[in-house]
Amino acid sequence: MKDRFNLYRFASPATFYPFAGALIPYFVAVSIVFGLAGLWLGMLVAPTDFQQGEGYRIIFIHVPASWMSMFIYLVMAGWAAIGLAFNTRLSGMMAQALAPTGALMAFLSLLTGALWGKPMWGAWWVWDARLTSELILLFLYIGYMALTAAIDDARRADKAGGLLLLVGVVNIPIIYFSVKWWNTLHQGSSVNLAKSSMATTMLWGMLLMAMCFWMYSIAIALMRVRTIMLERERHTDWVKAELLGKAGDEK
Amino acid sequence: MFRIIAAVIGRDLKLAMRRQSDIVSALFFFIIVVSLFPLGIGPEPELLRKLAPGVLWVAALLATMLSLPRMFADDHRDGTLEQLALAPHPLGLVVTGKVIAHWLVSGLPLALIAPVLGIQFDLSTDALVVLTFAILIGTPALSGIGAIGAALTMGLRGGGVLLSLLVLPLYIPVLIFGAGAVDATVSGLGGEGHLSLLAALTFASLGFAPWASAAALKIALE
Repeated sequence: MKDRFNLYRFASPATFYPFAGALIPYFVAVSIVFGLAGLWLGMLVAPTDFQQGEGYRIIFIHVPASWMSMFIYLVMAGWAAIGLAFNTRLSGMMAQALAPTGALMAFLSLLTGALWGKPMWGAWWVWDARLTSELILLFLYIGYMALTAAIDDARRADKAGGLLLLVGVVNIPIIYFSVKWWNTLHQGSSVNLAKSSMATTMLWGMLLMAMCFWMYSIAIALMRVRTIMLERERHTDWVKAELLGKAGDEK
Repeated sequence: MFRIIAAVIGRDLKLAMRRQSDIVSALFFFIIVVSLFPLGIGPEPELLRKLAPGVLWVAALLATMLSLPRMFADDHRDGTLEQLALAPHPLGLVVTGKVIAHWLVSGLPLALIAPVLGIQFDLSTDALVVLTFAILIGTPALSGIGAIGAALTMGLRGGGVLLSLLVLPLYIPVLIFGAGAVDATVSGLGGEGHLSLLAALTFASLGFAPWASAAALKIALE
């Protein structure tokens, strides 16, 4: 009984902290491997697009960043639901640790989209439905981070932020479709994103880069959640022991 | 169930009537913001007619948001909110009453003044009717969604700015369908589809938002 593997054990920061610390190097290593493979395939192997030239290669960053920006919001909402339903401490910390990475991905997606759009569409920004909803997603991330930063009490910050995430997740489809209909009615730009069937190497490059971004996000979120844990649990014995141990190592 | 909602509406309306300057200043904020646009972009009737739906709706969003922090703040300060939370009635019903009362003092006056401002923008009679109707059925959704933001930011420093950060992205669908209804009428497509979606948003947010904000209030009152 004592030795049985129990997942709930890791719901406690004291046990999750060393566990996360042990996992981080693996995720970093896997992320670097996938990243190098993806960049090699994307930058060197994949053929030049006959319509878009070399400029299309920015999609190897753009598409994974957009995927991650949406996926991370869903993961945060999942943690929020767990946190509100089971009243676990770790869930709120995980959601807060993921938020800056999600916002970064949304920003990267917008930035690379603009850099790609200038040579392809001739404009840094068009009010396309996807661009607009990505922008709104960035606003939602910023709103979440602003709310949790404004609440001093960590428990209230977790719960209020969690509620906001759930409200946001319910609203995302509504916002997306309203923006889409708005866009088709206004007929702002006649840009067609639909591509002809993509070369297999391009697809593989993109998937490898997506894996790289995914692993990077996990690694960085674990690093961030470790610092959040130390900050919040600073009055406990295990944090003191942890910090004293580290200080002892350095001597 | 309806008794408690009606009681809360009556109480909030009575409180609002004792402080009429709040209602009037939000209304004048709406009028002033709308009037600033022609000054900023020039008086060409063609241009103004095109901009009117968007300008009026954005101003309505901002004016509604202006009065949101007061929805719970005063009751929180004097302890009424805690008593309401302790009462045997579900807190969601109390919040429903507060949302309706908020709409009566913030959304309804906007709808009543909107046709006058629409005339300033040289809108046709059809467009004016649709504009008024859209604001009438769209603003309850603003009060409902806003209640969630007001409950989440209750008692926080910088609450007003934070509230706008949380609530404005969620207001986007209402803005799109509200302004879209008028646009579609002007261009001859007919705004019924937009108005139906606007009504759907209103009913959905009146159904769900009070319970979400009740949950947020309980978190804040812990």
